[in-house]
Amino acid sequence: MTDPVLSVEGLCKSFGALRATDGVTLDLRPGEIHAIIGPNGAGKSTLIQQICGGLSPDAGRIRFLGADVTALPVRARARMGLARTFQISSLAMEDTVLQNALLGALGAAGRPWGFLRPALRDAGPRTLAEQALERVGLGDVAAVRTAELSHGQRRQLEVAVALTLSPRAFVMDEPMAGLGSAGSQQLTALLAELKADAPVLLVEHDMDAVFALADRISVLVYGQVVMTGTVEEVRADPRVREAYLGDAP
Amino acid sequence: MSRERAFNLAALALLVAVPAWAQLTGETFTITLATRAVIFALAATGLNIALGLGGLVSLGHAVFFGIGGYAMGILAFHAQSYTPLTDWPVTIPGTKLMPVIWLVAILVSALAALLIGLLALRTTGVYFIMITLAFGQMFYYFAISWPAYGGEDGMAIYVRNGFPGLNTLIPIQFYGLCLAWLLVVLWFNARLARSRFGLALNAARQAPQRVETVGLDPVRLKLVALVISGAVTGLAGALFADLNRFVSPTMFSWQLSGEIMVFVIIGGVGRLFGPVAGACLFVALEHLLGGITAYWHVWLGVLLLFIVLFGRGGLVGIFAGRGAVHD
Repeated sequence: MTDPVLSVEGLCKSFGALRATDGVTLDLRPGEIHAIIGPNGAGKSTLIQQICGGLSPDAGRIRFLGADVTALPVRARARMGLARTFQISSLAMEDTVLQNALLGALGAAGRPWGFLRPALRDAGPRTLAEQALERVGLGDVAAVRTAELSHGQRRQLEVAVALTLSPRAFVMDEPMAGLGSAGSQQLTALLAELKADAPVLLVEHDMDAVFALADRISVLVYGQVVMTGTVEEVRADPRVREAYLGDAP
Repeated sequence: MSRERAFNLAALALLVAVPAWAQLTGETFTITLATRAVIFALAATGLNIALGLGGLVSLGHAVFFGIGGYAMGILAFHAQSYTPLTDWPVTIPGTKLMPVIWLVAILVSALAALLIGLLALRTTGVYFIMITLAFGQMFYYFAISWPAYGGEDGMAIYVRNGFPGLNTLIPIQFYGLCLAWLLVVLWFNARLARSRFGLALNAARQAPQRVETVGLDPVRLKLVALVISGAVTGLAGALFADLNRFVSPTMFSWQLSGEIMVFVIIGGVGRLFGPVAGACLFVALEHLLGGITAYWHVWLGVLLLFIVLFGRGGLVGIFAGRGAVHD
């Protein structure tokens, strides 16, 4: 078996008496989409924060590409190729779509220190940014101010920025949040393609998307992983049916 | 041609035409007023780099203005009294040469901005405003209690410093120097806004979390912005001291920090010619209304209120609408 790209071992994080992450162990293997599901308050966002470096865990280790990254800040993990998308779009709204994608390309190249030459004339990063926009289907609106995009287009732009990082793994925090069914089908198709680039750790509430996409699913309840398995195994598990799917057969 | 471009060109035309007219009609006082406006515009352009691009609300930019002023004052004082700045480890003499004074003003204020930024950028929002204000007060009181260079009284320089090939005592020539600096810095600012650094800084203002997740350090970007900003305002301070042939602790005062910010807000935060428009209007009002009533600041306050409430883009915004997406 190949080594996992990203692995989390025995991760714990408490806020006062609340154990938001309680001994979580999971891994992300090459070429897979690993979904994390769980009811509200299960600790999904806290877990994502720790994996990306925004929060430091009380105990446990996070390994990425074979290296221990537990103590590294967000930007160091990003430079290693950990590409994150946000639940609530975090984009420079006054800038154009292309400028947002270009930011990712500049960050990936580690070269923001140009003071005189227009950024858009930088052929390398610009090509990278434009390719990413094409892939997510935003090629036509590259010159539009980001604030004028629809909600769905902003979600696509989040993915495009992640793509410019030449990622080794994606971490996506509810990419479908707030999308209509057409939008979420479109994004589902895009994510299915993305796993060829790099494996995806996907936190998502949209069960249709999760069942369509995921190779493996981990179920998080009260900060603990209660099970990890294939779509069929998770569908069949009574605890999950109770928590999520209602009791209908 | 966009309306903002037209506005900018009109402003440039006025900066050339008004002093030229004053020169022809012998109105040297108008040239002095124009010089004052141009220097304030330069100081405010410095702030606009930190505030407009980086979102750094610094209420301590008088620190850099004052450092520039004292750089000029101290160097010229030692030159005119034929005493060295220091004898150890090597003798450093004073100077009356503007290029040297400018260089010193730029370097020292950039260094001050670096040190202040390292501390102040650990905070954001209202705490950042308070820390920059506190640094301003520290420099102000230090200048007051430093007797070697005039203390509270400040110090006068007998003759304006020189620039090779020019007679800086002739107002229009000194004005030309100041205008040249303003144009160079505006050009730099325009390039900076579109550069890779400008793009990243712009994003760091709007979405710092995003900047970090693409592997960049928003605080370091803002620190560099503050250093550039401080250096520009410091240069303006050196020119201002040379205009008045006088430096005093009031160059460090928080009122001056406030005025620099008022120039930017009246003119338009983040707009290339915002600081120019704001500083010119301020100096014009100061002269016109100041001649009618000593309480002209009341009317400035009313204007500021009006602009903040109804014209969010400042003067530039009122004339040219919302900023175009720059490419």
